[in-house]
Amino acid sequence: MATITLTDLVKSYDDTQVLHHVEGAFEDGEFIVIVGPSGCGKSTLLRMVAGLESVTSGEIRIGDRVVNDLEPADRDIAMVFQNYALYPHMSVFDNMAYGLKIRRIPKDEIRKRVEDAADILEIRDYLQRRPRQLSGGQRQRVAMGRAIVRDPQVFLFDEPLSNLDAKLRVQMRLEIRKLQKRLGVTSIYVTHDQVEAMTLGDRLMVLNGGYVEQFGAPTELYERPASIFVAGFIGSPSMNFFEVTVAEGVATLPSGAKMSSSTTYSGKATLGVRPEHMSPAPDGPLKIEVGMLEQLGANTLVHGVLEGRSEEIVASLPGLEHINVRTTLGFDAPSESIHLFDETGVRID
Amino acid sequence: MIEQRPLLTAMSHIIMVLGVILVAFPIWITFVAATHDDIRMVQAPLPLLPGEHFFENLDKTLFGVGLSGTESAPVWLMLLNSLAMALMIAFGKIAISLLSAFAIVYFKFPFRMGFFWMIFITLMLPVEVRILPTFEVVASLGMLNSYWGLTVPLIASATATFMFRQVFLTVPDEMLESARIDGAGPMRFFFDILLPLSRTNIAALFVILFIYGWNQYLWPLLVTTETDMTTIVMSIKQMLEAAEQSPQWNIIMMTALLAMLPPIVVVIGMQKLFVQGLTETDK
Ligand SMILES: Nc1ncnc2c1ncn2[C@@H]1O[C@H](COP(=O)(O)OP(=O)(O)OP(=O)(O)O)[C@@H](O)[C@H]1O
Ligand SMILES: [Mg+2]
Repeated sequence: MATITLTDLVKSYDDTQVLHHVEGAFEDGEFIVIVGPSGCGKSTLLRMVAGLESVTSGEIRIGDRVVNDLEPADRDIAMVFQNYALYPHMSVFDNMAYGLKIRRIPKDEIRKRVEDAADILEIRDYLQRRPRQLSGGQRQRVAMGRAIVRDPQVFLFDEPLSNLDAKLRVQMRLEIRKLQKRLGVTSIYVTHDQVEAMTLGDRLMVLNGGYVEQFGAPTELYERPASIFVAGFIGSPSMNFFEVTVAEGVATLPSGAKMSSSTTYSGKATLGVRPEHMSPAPDGPLKIEVGMLEQLGANTLVHGVLEGRSEEIVASLPGLEHINVRTTLGFDAPSESIHLFDETGVRID
Repeated sequence: MIEQRPLLTAMSHIIMVLGVILVAFPIWITFVAATHDDIRMVQAPLPLLPGEHFFENLDKTLFGVGLSGTESAPVWLMLLNSLAMALMIAFGKIAISLLSAFAIVYFKFPFRMGFFWMIFITLMLPVEVRILPTFEVVASLGMLNSYWGLTVPLIASATATFMFRQVFLTVPDEMLESARIDGAGPMRFFFDILLPLSRTNIAALFVILFIYGWNQYLWPLLVTTETDMTTIVMSIKQMLEAAEQSPQWNIIMMTALLAMLPPIVVVIGMQKLFVQGLTETDK
């Protein structure tokens, strides 16, 4: 098993730089999730670790080896691709055994490793089938099996669940998590799905436009987002934002309503508050003209606009609530769950 | 389309039957002529039903010295020559174009697209166009009257290179990446992954190229002067000329029949793969 260290990592295609000075130190056995919107450079970063893309500048270390110039096969990694990339003309067994055969591992050993992996993943019955004779979920398992038998130092996953239906995705997500904990292999997992990221990762690296916005534990990202981008990206439904002016620890909304905060900052800022942190308070500062209700069972989402204005706002109430649309409700939020960001989008404490 | 219209069905059957007759009738006549003796074949009216000299004619054609009064190789040798030529052309073309397509698709080297277009341009230069310079080259290399001389100038092939390039482009990049992570070098990837994936395309191309090679006429005529290098397609033409003096239609027709056989065997034998290769797109 191994640690992974990224130092000042830069990637450019011709003239366009797509990754900017990425830094990261991943612990041995840690499950790291790289998350961000489409095109932010997640796959590129992962593929650089895999050795499938060259490094423009900077350094990648796996364990204490600098791997910048090593072939993928020499980096002791295994990768699971989004479309699985199974060899269509080989049986499941041969798919899993191929890498081992190339490494000239003895036949008995190969058989044992493949069968062990097949047992873990419950695909023992399909070993003689071709990939096209398997369902999406089964193919996914075979792709994982191919990674496991190699017994690598690092697992790399590039959106491995995005071709599965929602239910299977949740199930496989749990399985991947359990498997990773059981094998204790350092893993990097790329996804654009923040729920997947929050449930899987020991730590999350949020990328945006090739920059690392924040790198930390899921709870840290949720409770103390470092930027407006992270605040809006993590959490569902996403955080409400308002333009405010702050002076002497009081934020004034455009409507004139005031919310208190513990900051010493003064000037223009963006105030963020999560829907689930808003609670009904008849004379609270946030007055919502209710436009629509989403009753999800466990909670109720109240969509609307700030009274007399056009800023949209969502509040999430526990349980089933029956509220008439076009009424106006007051909400408040405790000062510790109010986030402030300065004009460049950086968190203010 | 599932339609229940008896008239339409009847019509389409009639048209198809007519088509079959049109194609099959000359072949039937060839077969019938190959089963009579030479006397019967010069009497009118020509027979429409088979006679009983088939095996006698077969023996005379295969192992005899050809038409009486002419000097030529036995037909079995010509069949062998044709077979060797067709196989060498088919395998040679497939091997060369697989390798060049592999280089063009999977390797970055200077002037890669330049080379691709150079290969592509040779589409405009079949043997017939460049026949004199090619003959000159083959002659100075001392390859006249040899299998090499017969096949090498026909082997370099833009069509097949182009086709394999398209096939390789449909193989997902992840397949290569996955193989790289598994530790497969370029040649291993080629043999273990690309070749099996192009299996049906190779088969389809083999059928086409085998028939192309088998049917070569002009080029063999030029580079072979010795009778024991004659190919069967050449010999049919020569026999037709000789038939003016010695009209042994039974032998000529038997030769024609034998000349048709190998392409038919190849087509029927590889039919399934052939159709898959031309229609299957999924990798
Ligand atoms: N070969 C290439 N040449 C030029 N630009 C590229 C190349 N590959 C990727 N890019 C650019 O690099 C950026 C990052 O791409 P990348 O594939 O890493 O995105 P991603 O975060 O994985 O997105 P997605 O979630 O859609 O998979 C994109 O803007 C893309 O246009
Ligand atoms: Mg991607």
